[in-house]
Amino acid sequence: MGTMISKIVRTMSDIIAPLVFVYGAYVIIHGHMTPGGGFQGGAVFASGAGLLIVAFGAYSLQQKLKDKQVTLLESAGSLLFIGLGFAGLAVTFFFNFLVGTSFFGHIPPTGANAGDFWTAGVLPLMNIAVGLKVIAGIAVVMLTIALATTEVKK
Amino acid sequence: MRAIVIGISMGIILTLFIAAALLIHPFGEPPSAMDDYIFENSQQEIGTNETVTAVVFDYRGYDTLGEATILSAAVGGVIILFRKERGK
Repeated sequence: MGTMISKIVRTMSDIIAPLVFVYGAYVIIHGHMTPGGGFQGGAVFASGAGLLIVAFGAYSLQQKLKDKQVTLLESAGSLLFIGLGFAGLAVTFFFNFLVGTSFFGHIPPTGANAGDFWTAGVLPLMNIAVGLKVIAGIAVVMLTIALATTEVKK
Repeated sequence: MRAIVIGISMGIILTLFIAAALLIHPFGEPPSAMDDYIFENSQQEIGTNETVTAVVFDYRGYDTLGEATILSAAVGGVIILFRKERGK
């Protein structure tokens, strides 16, 4: 089962990991209003997965998380991102076709303002797609390397 | 013969690099026309308050597509390198 880390670290990781996941999801979803975005929020979320791998070992995480499903999630994010790029092909590739509609299409006033969640067209959807991709990619890389190194040690 | 061709082409490339370094936009100068365009129009065109996200995902969407492709390739490489050997 790999090397067991102390109970203090395991308990604290149990408490901290959900907060890290929530913060990563917040950075991804609010990427079109606040600093951050898909890449940064995905890295935060995946660092929470790294915390769980360090605290509980790769084997216990692997029973909850099949790497085939995670790879599928990564491909889904990639396809969603490219599909959103192709969806604006009526004008050009990567055209922001949702600006002006009611779905994420509000236009904020020019200059400094408080912000509105339903703005920015396809940008929030692209943030979510890239976020899925980065979460799944970094998590599966860490899980695969952790599994390989524990097998070598044994 | 081959060394002469390689030398001449390297000389041309070096000249172009030096010319590019001399002609580059000076560091610390007021922003160029492209920056002004993005600052003034990103809120109207893209409808977002976050200009960085507007540049990354809209004005330079191709760049982000390349980054995402590189991430996919890196993940595939790691999985191929560290995969479990089945049937042993």
